[in-house]
Amino acid sequence: MVGRSASLEMQQWIRFTPLQRLSRFAVFFVMAAAIAWALKTIEIIPEFLYDAPEQVVDMGQRMWPIDWAHFWPVVWPALVETMHMSAMATILGLIMGIPVGFLAARNATPFIWVNLIARFILVATRSISTLIWALFFVAMFGPGPLAGALAIAFHSIGFIGKMFSEGVEEANKGSIEALQAAGATRMQQIVMGYWPQVLPTFWSVALFRWDINVRESAVLGLVGAGGIGMALNAAIDLIQWQRVALILFTIFIVVILIETIVTQIRKRVI
Amino acid sequence: MKPGSPTLNGLDGAVTRADFFAPSLGKRLAYIAVFAYLVYAAATLGLSLDRIEKGVGYGVRFLAGFFPPNFTETDIIPGLLESLQIAFLASLFGTALAIPVAVLAARNLMPPWVSWLARLLIIFCRSFHPVIIAIIAVKAVGFGALAGIIALTFASVGFVGKLLSEAIEEISLKQIEAVRATGASFMNVIAFGVVPQVINRFIGFVAYETDSNLRNSTMVGVVGAGGIGGTLFSAFQRFDYNFVAGIILCIIGLVMIGEVLQIYVKRVFR
Repeated sequence: MVGRSASLEMQQWIRFTPLQRLSRFAVFFVMAAAIAWALKTIEIIPEFLYDAPEQVVDMGQRMWPIDWAHFWPVVWPALVETMHMSAMATILGLIMGIPVGFLAARNATPFIWVNLIARFILVATRSISTLIWALFFVAMFGPGPLAGALAIAFHSIGFIGKMFSEGVEEANKGSIEALQAAGATRMQQIVMGYWPQVLPTFWSVALFRWDINVRESAVLGLVGAGGIGMALNAAIDLIQWQRVALILFTIFIVVILIETIVTQIRKRVI
Repeated sequence: MKPGSPTLNGLDGAVTRADFFAPSLGKRLAYIAVFAYLVYAAATLGLSLDRIEKGVGYGVRFLAGFFPPNFTETDIIPGLLESLQIAFLASLFGTALAIPVAVLAARNLMPPWVSWLARLLIIFCRSFHPVIIAIIAVKAVGFGALAGIIALTFASVGFVGKLLSEAIEEISLKQIEAVRATGASFMNVIAFGVVPQVINRFIGFVAYETDSNLRNSTMVGVVGAGGIGGTLFSAFQRFDYNFVAGIILCIIGLVMIGEVLQIYVKRVFR
């Protein structure tokens, strides 16, 4: 604090550089502008909004009492199908996503154009939503759980591959270099060098994605791709709100159960 | 080291390297059980060689129908803009609602009964897929963007609420104590003790949530909740595959832009 005596020249501390401040301001400005634009131009019919509370109360009354008798004949088989679908989708997604993940990782695949193609595959599969994938596969294989499983599997390639490529890029170089020095081929480097290092990533990604896939598979029935969504769709189309309530309640319980199981496994194993 | 496998102390010549890396009996049984289940689940999907052959044939015809993609229809731009509006407004309302819910759900700031109630709300919002909430919202407020905004607002409350409450639970309590020691009110504790510690992570969550809302807003239209999804679904149903390809390419482009922006925002606020 030498310059303190010359009080006019007191040093002023500014937390961010001008560029940082400018980019922060730009982010806030764009956010505010986007919201202002959206609020100003969105088409909403006000009568529908005023009416909403009444409609929700009405729907709630129609949902009560829940139609429990519907559970064993219809909802349970659909639920089992959903579980099979999400398990198969997770496995297929891992089988397809992991190789793409290795191809997208810059250290495991040192060819820049291969990385770029793999990255494009990851983004593209992720940005087409499960419902759209399901439309394709229903058109290809007909309605049923097969289309659903394939839809979720293709959609999850992006997530699994991205997590994997990040895990591989963080891998320790030492063991890879040791393998290279011993004359290992690229395949051997991946199997003996990278794989053991990304094994924890593998388990956490597999569990996490399974959890997401169960939720996703609950909606696929809407486009005819099997599972509990099909029962939901049928109940909504037939205006059987008491059955809708039962199905929603079932989904709620199953999702909570699976999340609890996944959290417990992650705590104990990983 | 894995439980059940020989420890380093047991290296008295009797333990070979193969024994050392062999999985324990329990683990082996678990692997076999998982494998058996997967075979069973695959069998229930009704996969047959004939079906695959036919399906691949349809798929090829399908993909051929995509070319050339049709961007000339006038429905694309309004649909995309409506999806953007839905995503922005849902992120705004969802985040605004998620902040108080997350503060209430943080176990280090609130008595247990309050945090449990708030947690239940978060779990409720998280456990349903946005499309399922969108179906219910369409029944409540009619077709259009409003239903989409409501659906994605629920999803945002669940997502941001969960991550933000976890972030608040991880903060250092020393700063809270220091602020409390000055006689600050509860709101002051939040403003000067909690907010500075979580603000950067919070902005990251919001950026991620906006990105994911953007993806989902292209999907909720399938059930009539506004956005490009409705256009896509109707194009699909009238077998206008060139137009479908055009819309899907536009969605991929939009999602890619969103992802790049999200990464940029995160970098600015690191």
